[in-house]
Amino acid sequence: MSSLLSAGTPAPDFTLPRGPDAKTRLADSRGHPVILAFYPADWSPVCGDELALFNECLPEFQRYRAELLGISVDGVWCHKAYRDARHFDFHLLADFEPKGAVSRAYGAYRAQDGFSERALFVLDGAGVIRWSYLSPVSVNPGADGILAALDALK
Amino acid sequence: MRSSSAGLTPPVSARDHVQGPADAPVTLVEYGDYECPHCGRAYPMVQAVQRSMGNDLRFVFRNFPLAKSHPHAEHAAEMAEAADHQGKFWPMHDLLFENQDALEDEDLIGYAASLGIDAAWAAAALAQGLFRERVHEDFASGVKSGVNGTPTFFINGVRYDGLLHPTSLLDALVSAATPE
Repeated sequence: MSSLLSAGTPAPDFTLPRGPDAKTRLADSRGHPVILAFYPADWSPVCGDELALFNECLPEFQRYRAELLGISVDGVWCHKAYRDARHFDFHLLADFEPKGAVSRAYGAYRAQDGFSERALFVLDGAGVIRWSYLSPVSVNPGADGILAALDALK
Repeated sequence: MRSSSAGLTPPVSARDHVQGPADAPVTLVEYGDYECPHCGRAYPMVQAVQRSMGNDLRFVFRNFPLAKSHPHAEHAAEMAEAADHQGKFWPMHDLLFENQDALEDEDLIGYAASLGIDAAWAAAALAQGLFRERVHEDFASGVKSGVNGTPTFFINGVRYDGLLHPTSLLDALVSAATPE
Protein backbone atom coordinates (compact mmCIF):
# COMPACT_ATOMS: atom_id res chain seq x y z
CA MET A 1 0.00 0.00 0.00
CA SER A 2 1.19 3.49 -0.75
CA SER A 3 2.18 5.88 2.02
CA LEU A 4 0.01 8.93 2.47
CA LEU A 5 1.71 12.34 2.41
CA SER A 6 1.77 13.64 5.97
CA ALA A 7 1.49 16.94 7.80
CA GLY A 8 4.26 19.43 7.05
CA THR A 9 4.69 18.32 3.43
CA PRO A 10 4.09 20.94 0.73
CA ALA A 11 1.06 19.75 -1.23
CA PRO A 12 2.10 18.68 -4.75
CA ASP A 13 0.59 21.10 -7.25
CA PHE A 14 -1.72 19.78 -9.94
CA THR A 15 -4.08 20.87 -12.66
CA LEU A 16 -7.11 18.65 -13.20
CA PRO A 17 -10.33 18.99 -15.18
CA ARG A 18 -13.34 19.89 -13.05
CA GLY A 19 -15.73 19.63 -15.97
CA PRO A 20 -15.79 19.23 -19.73
CA ASP A 21 -14.51 22.78 -20.29
CA ALA A 22 -12.76 23.87 -17.13
CA LYS A 23 -9.69 23.04 -15.09
CA THR A 24 -8.69 23.63 -11.49
CA ARG A 25 -5.08 24.38 -10.53
CA LEU A 26 -4.36 23.79 -6.87
CA ALA A 27 -1.88 26.69 -6.67
CA ASP A 28 -4.70 29.10 -7.56
CA SER A 29 -6.29 28.33 -4.21
CA ARG A 30 -3.56 29.89 -2.06
CA GLY A 31 -4.72 32.24 0.67
CA HIS A 32 -7.37 29.99 2.14
CA PRO A 33 -7.52 26.43 3.43
CA VAL A 34 -8.23 23.63 0.97
CA ILE A 35 -9.76 20.25 1.76
CA LEU A 36 -8.82 17.47 -0.68
CA ALA A 37 -11.16 14.50 -0.49
CA PHE A 38 -9.86 11.55 -2.50
CA TYR A 39 -12.47 8.83 -2.89
CA PRO A 40 -12.75 5.51 -4.74
CA ALA A 41 -15.61 6.13 -7.14
CA ASP A 42 -18.71 8.13 -8.03
CA TRP A 43 -22.17 6.67 -7.39
CA SER A 44 -21.92 5.03 -3.98
CA PRO A 45 -25.18 4.75 -1.97
CA VAL A 46 -26.74 8.07 -1.10
CA CYS A 47 -27.49 8.30 2.59
CA GLY A 48 -24.23 6.89 3.88
CA ASP A 49 -22.22 8.66 1.28
CA GLU A 50 -19.20 10.64 2.36
CA LEU A 51 -19.59 13.33 -0.31
CA ALA A 52 -23.27 13.87 0.48
CA LEU A 53 -22.25 14.47 4.07
CA PHE A 54 -19.49 16.90 3.06
CA ASN A 55 -21.99 18.67 0.79
CA GLU A 56 -24.20 19.27 3.81
CA CYS A 57 -21.15 20.42 5.79
CA LEU A 58 -20.13 23.13 3.29
CA PRO A 59 -21.50 25.93 5.51
CA GLU A 60 -19.36 24.58 8.37
CA PHE A 61 -16.30 24.51 6.10
CA GLN A 62 -17.02 27.99 4.80
CA ARG A 63 -16.74 29.37 8.31
CA TYR A 64 -13.03 28.65 7.90
CA ARG A 65 -13.02 29.96 4.27
CA ALA A 66 -12.06 26.41 3.32
CA GLU A 67 -12.57 25.13 -0.23
CA LEU A 68 -13.53 21.50 -0.74
CA LEU A 69 -12.34 19.55 -3.80
CA GLY A 70 -13.36 15.94 -4.46
CA ILE A 71 -10.93 13.80 -6.50
CA SER A 72 -11.39 10.39 -8.08
CA VAL A 73 -10.33 8.62 -11.26
CA ASP A 74 -13.80 8.96 -12.79
CA GLY A 75 -14.00 11.00 -15.99
CA VAL A 76 -15.49 14.46 -16.35
CA TRP A 77 -18.84 13.34 -17.78
CA CYS A 78 -19.31 10.82 -15.01
CA HIS A 79 -18.45 13.50 -12.44
CA LYS A 80 -20.87 15.92 -14.08
CA ALA A 81 -23.76 13.44 -14.01
CA TYR A 82 -22.96 12.49 -10.42
CA ARG A 83 -22.59 16.08 -9.23
CA ASP A 84 -25.82 17.14 -10.94
CA ALA A 85 -27.77 14.15 -9.62
CA ARG A 86 -26.62 14.67 -6.04
CA HIS A 87 -26.77 18.49 -6.08
CA PHE A 88 -23.17 18.80 -4.95
CA ASP A 89 -22.10 22.41 -4.52
CA PHE A 90 -18.37 21.72 -4.80
CA HIS A 91 -16.13 20.57 -7.63
CA LEU A 92 -15.20 17.00 -8.46
CA LEU A 93 -11.82 16.71 -10.18
CA ALA A 94 -11.06 13.98 -12.69
CA ASP A 95 -7.74 12.22 -11.97
CA PHE A 96 -8.35 10.39 -15.21
CA GLU A 97 -5.38 10.91 -17.55
CA PRO A 98 -2.76 9.85 -16.82
CA LYS A 99 -4.92 7.73 -14.60
CA GLY A 100 -4.50 8.33 -10.88
CA ALA A 101 -1.35 10.47 -11.29
CA VAL A 102 -2.39 13.04 -8.69
CA SER A 103 -3.67 10.37 -6.30
CA ARG A 104 -0.28 8.64 -6.60
CA ALA A 105 1.55 11.90 -5.90
CA TYR A 106 -0.33 12.16 -2.59
CA GLY A 107 0.19 8.50 -1.73
CA ALA A 108 -3.54 7.99 -2.09
CA TYR A 109 -3.79 5.48 -4.95
CA ARG A 110 -4.67 1.81 -4.76
CA ALA A 111 -2.67 0.41 -7.67
CA GLN A 112 -4.06 -3.08 -7.09
CA ASP A 113 -7.63 -1.78 -7.49
CA GLY A 114 -7.08 1.03 -9.97
CA PHE A 115 -8.79 3.73 -7.95
CA SER A 116 -8.04 6.31 -5.27
CA GLU A 117 -7.94 5.65 -1.57
CA ARG A 118 -10.54 7.19 0.70
CA ALA A 119 -8.15 9.86 1.97
CA LEU A 120 -8.48 13.38 3.32
CA PHE A 121 -6.01 16.28 3.32
CA VAL A 122 -6.34 19.71 4.87
CA LEU A 123 -4.00 22.31 3.33
CA ASP A 124 -3.28 25.70 4.84
CA GLY A 125 -3.34 28.95 2.85
CA ALA A 126 0.31 28.47 1.88
CA GLY A 127 -0.40 25.11 0.29
CA VAL A 128 1.21 23.00 3.01
CA ILE A 129 -0.48 19.80 4.18
CA ARG A 130 -1.47 20.30 7.81
CA TRP A 131 -3.48 17.10 8.31
CA SER A 132 -4.02 13.90 6.39
CA TYR A 133 -6.09 10.86 7.09
CA LEU A 134 -6.42 7.50 5.39
CA SER A 135 -9.76 5.82 5.96
CA PRO A 136 -10.53 2.17 5.28
CA VAL A 137 -12.10 2.20 1.80
CA SER A 138 -15.44 0.99 3.12
CA VAL A 139 -15.66 3.40 6.06
CA ASN A 140 -17.05 6.87 5.67
CA PRO A 141 -14.64 8.97 7.76
CA GLY A 142 -17.10 11.72 8.69
CA ALA A 143 -16.11 15.39 8.85
CA ASP A 144 -14.97 15.75 12.45
CA GLY A 145 -11.30 15.27 11.60
CA ILE A 146 -11.49 17.97 8.93
CA LEU A 147 -13.13 20.41 11.32
CA ALA A 148 -10.57 19.72 14.03
CA ALA A 149 -7.76 20.29 11.50
CA LEU A 150 -9.35 23.54 10.31
CA ASP A 151 -9.70 24.62 13.94
CA ALA A 152 -6.00 23.97 14.48
CA LEU A 153 -5.10 26.28 11.57
CA LYS A 154 -6.52 29.31 13.32
CA MET B 1 -6.76 12.98 15.53
CA ARG B 2 -8.38 9.92 14.04
CA SER B 3 -11.96 10.00 12.93
CA SER B 4 -12.44 6.45 14.14
CA SER B 5 -12.11 7.63 17.75
CA ALA B 6 -15.04 9.97 17.24
CA GLY B 7 -16.96 10.66 20.40
CA LEU B 8 -20.25 12.32 21.14
CA THR B 9 -19.90 16.11 21.46
CA PRO B 10 -21.55 17.55 23.46
CA PRO B 11 -22.62 14.79 25.85
CA VAL B 12 -26.31 14.17 26.51
CA SER B 13 -27.80 17.01 28.52
CA ALA B 14 -31.07 18.63 29.50
CA ARG B 15 -31.45 20.09 25.99
CA ASP B 16 -31.81 16.61 24.49
CA HIS B 17 -34.92 14.59 23.69
CA VAL B 18 -34.73 11.58 25.96
CA GLN B 19 -36.68 8.37 26.50
CA GLY B 20 -35.76 6.11 29.41
CA PRO B 21 -34.18 6.65 32.80
CA ALA B 22 -31.30 9.09 33.27
CA ASP B 23 -29.38 6.46 35.26
CA ALA B 24 -29.73 3.69 32.66
CA PRO B 25 -26.42 1.85 32.16
CA VAL B 26 -26.59 2.36 28.38
CA THR B 27 -27.37 5.48 26.40
CA LEU B 28 -28.13 5.16 22.70
CA VAL B 29 -28.01 8.41 20.74
CA GLU B 30 -29.30 8.56 17.18
CA TYR B 31 -28.51 11.32 14.72
CA GLY B 32 -31.33 10.96 12.25
CA ASP B 33 -33.20 12.47 9.32
CA TYR B 34 -36.97 12.04 9.10
CA GLU B 35 -36.88 11.65 5.32
CA CYS B 36 -33.94 9.22 5.18
CA PRO B 37 -35.09 5.70 4.24
CA HIS B 38 -32.33 4.09 6.34
CA CYS B 39 -33.54 6.05 9.37
CA GLY B 40 -37.04 4.83 8.56
CA ARG B 41 -35.74 1.26 8.66
CA ALA B 42 -33.91 1.97 11.92
CA TYR B 43 -37.04 3.34 13.61
CA PRO B 44 -38.64 -0.05 14.41
CA MET B 45 -35.21 -1.45 15.34
CA VAL B 46 -34.83 1.24 17.97
CA GLN B 47 -38.29 0.46 19.29
CA ALA B 48 -37.40 -3.23 19.41
CA VAL B 49 -34.21 -2.69 21.40
CA GLN B 50 -36.09 -0.34 23.73
CA ARG B 51 -38.62 -3.11 24.39
CA SER B 52 -35.86 -5.68 24.94
CA MET B 53 -33.79 -3.57 27.30
CA GLY B 54 -36.48 -1.69 29.20
CA ASN B 55 -35.04 0.51 31.92
CA ASP B 56 -31.50 -0.49 31.03
CA LEU B 57 -31.64 1.82 28.02
CA ARG B 58 -31.87 5.56 27.61
CA PHE B 59 -32.57 6.70 24.03
CA VAL B 60 -31.78 10.15 22.68
CA PHE B 61 -32.66 11.55 19.26
CA ARG B 62 -30.77 14.42 17.63
CA ASN B 63 -31.54 16.03 14.27
CA PHE B 64 -29.25 15.49 11.32
CA PRO B 65 -31.29 16.50 8.26
CA LEU B 66 -29.46 15.91 4.98
CA ALA B 67 -31.36 18.79 3.46
CA LYS B 68 -29.71 18.71 0.03
CA SER B 69 -30.54 15.03 -0.44
CA HIS B 70 -33.92 15.15 1.29
CA PRO B 71 -35.92 18.29 0.53
CA HIS B 72 -38.47 17.75 3.32
CA ALA B 73 -36.02 16.76 6.05
CA GLU B 74 -35.26 20.22 7.41
CA HIS B 75 -38.88 21.24 7.90
CA ALA B 76 -39.74 17.85 9.36
CA ALA B 77 -36.97 18.31 11.93
CA GLU B 78 -38.16 21.84 12.69
CA MET B 79 -41.70 20.55 13.18
CA ALA B 80 -40.46 17.95 15.66
CA GLU B 81 -38.77 20.75 17.59
CA ALA B 82 -41.92 22.86 17.36
CA ALA B 83 -43.87 19.92 18.79
CA ASP B 84 -41.28 19.66 21.57
CA HIS B 85 -42.05 23.27 22.44
CA GLN B 86 -45.61 22.06 23.08
CA GLY B 87 -44.48 18.96 24.99
CA LYS B 88 -45.18 16.64 22.03
CA PHE B 89 -41.75 15.74 20.69
CA TRP B 90 -42.01 11.96 20.81
CA PRO B 91 -45.55 11.68 19.39
CA MET B 92 -44.43 13.92 16.49
CA HIS B 93 -41.18 11.96 16.08
CA ASP B 94 -43.22 8.76 15.71
CA LEU B 95 -45.71 10.33 13.30
CA LEU B 96 -42.89 11.59 11.07
CA PHE B 97 -41.17 8.20 10.85
CA GLU B 98 -44.49 6.45 10.29
CA ASN B 99 -45.35 8.82 7.43
CA GLN B 100 -42.03 9.30 5.67
CA ASP B 101 -43.71 9.59 2.29
CA ALA B 102 -45.98 12.45 3.40
CA LEU B 103 -43.76 15.24 4.69
CA GLU B 104 -44.99 18.28 2.79
CA ASP B 105 -45.51 21.37 4.92
CA GLU B 106 -49.27 20.85 4.94
CA ASP B 107 -48.75 17.27 6.12
CA LEU B 108 -46.49 18.47 8.94
CA ILE B 109 -49.02 21.08 10.01
CA GLY B 110 -51.73 18.43 9.90
CA TYR B 111 -49.69 16.16 12.21
CA ALA B 112 -49.28 19.07 14.62
CA ALA B 113 -53.03 19.68 14.59
CA SER B 114 -53.68 15.98 15.21
CA LEU B 115 -51.56 16.25 18.36
CA GLY B 116 -53.58 19.23 19.57
CA ILE B 117 -51.05 21.86 18.53
CA ASP B 118 -52.49 25.05 17.07
CA ALA B 119 -52.16 24.70 13.29
CA ALA B 120 -51.64 28.41 12.66
CA TRP B 121 -48.85 28.50 15.24
CA ALA B 122 -47.22 25.41 13.71
CA ALA B 123 -47.40 26.95 10.24
CA ALA B 124 -45.87 30.17 11.49
CA ALA B 125 -43.11 28.26 13.30
CA LEU B 126 -42.10 26.68 9.98
CA ALA B 127 -42.49 29.85 7.92
CA GLN B 128 -40.49 31.94 10.36
CA GLY B 129 -37.86 29.28 11.00
CA LEU B 130 -38.40 29.53 14.76
CA PHE B 131 -36.65 26.20 15.35
CA ARG B 132 -34.09 26.34 12.53
CA GLU B 133 -31.26 27.27 14.86
CA ARG B 134 -32.14 24.46 17.26
CA VAL B 135 -31.96 21.96 14.41
CA HIS B 136 -28.69 23.45 13.19
CA GLU B 137 -27.15 23.11 16.65
CA ASP B 138 -27.86 19.39 16.51
CA PHE B 139 -26.43 19.14 13.00
CA ALA B 140 -23.23 20.96 13.96
CA SER B 141 -22.82 18.76 17.03
CA GLY B 142 -23.25 15.71 14.82
CA VAL B 143 -20.51 16.81 12.45
CA LYS B 144 -18.18 17.42 15.41
CA SER B 145 -19.09 14.03 16.86
CA GLY B 146 -18.15 12.17 13.68
CA VAL B 147 -21.59 11.52 12.24
CA ASN B 148 -20.88 10.02 8.83
CA GLY B 149 -24.33 9.54 7.38
CA THR B 150 -27.83 8.89 8.62
CA PRO B 151 -28.63 7.25 10.85
CA THR B 152 -25.47 7.38 12.98
CA PHE B 153 -25.71 5.85 16.46
CA PHE B 154 -23.56 6.42 19.53
CA ILE B 155 -23.52 3.90 22.37
CA ASN B 156 -22.35 5.44 25.63
CA GLY B 157 -20.73 8.22 23.60
CA VAL B 158 -18.85 6.00 21.12
CA ARG B 159 -19.90 5.79 17.48
CA TYR B 160 -21.47 2.47 16.55
CA ASP B 161 -20.02 1.32 13.24
CA GLY B 162 -21.73 -2.07 13.22
CA LEU B 163 -24.52 -3.33 11.05
CA LEU B 164 -27.89 -1.64 10.95
CA HIS B 165 -29.59 -4.81 12.10
CA PRO B 166 -31.66 -5.38 15.27
CA THR B 167 -29.55 -8.29 16.52
CA SER B 168 -26.25 -6.52 15.96
CA LEU B 169 -27.50 -3.34 17.59
CA LEU B 170 -28.95 -5.21 20.55
CA ASP B 171 -25.73 -7.21 21.02
CA ALA B 172 -23.70 -4.00 21.11
CA LEU B 173 -26.10 -2.41 23.60
CA VAL B 174 -26.19 -5.44 25.87
CA SER B 175 -22.41 -5.72 25.90
CA ALA B 176 -22.21 -2.01 26.77
CA ALA B 177 -24.61 -2.66 29.64
CA THR B 178 -22.57 -5.56 31.01
CA PRO B 179 -19.68 -4.70 33.34
CA GLU B 180 -16.32 -6.04 32.12
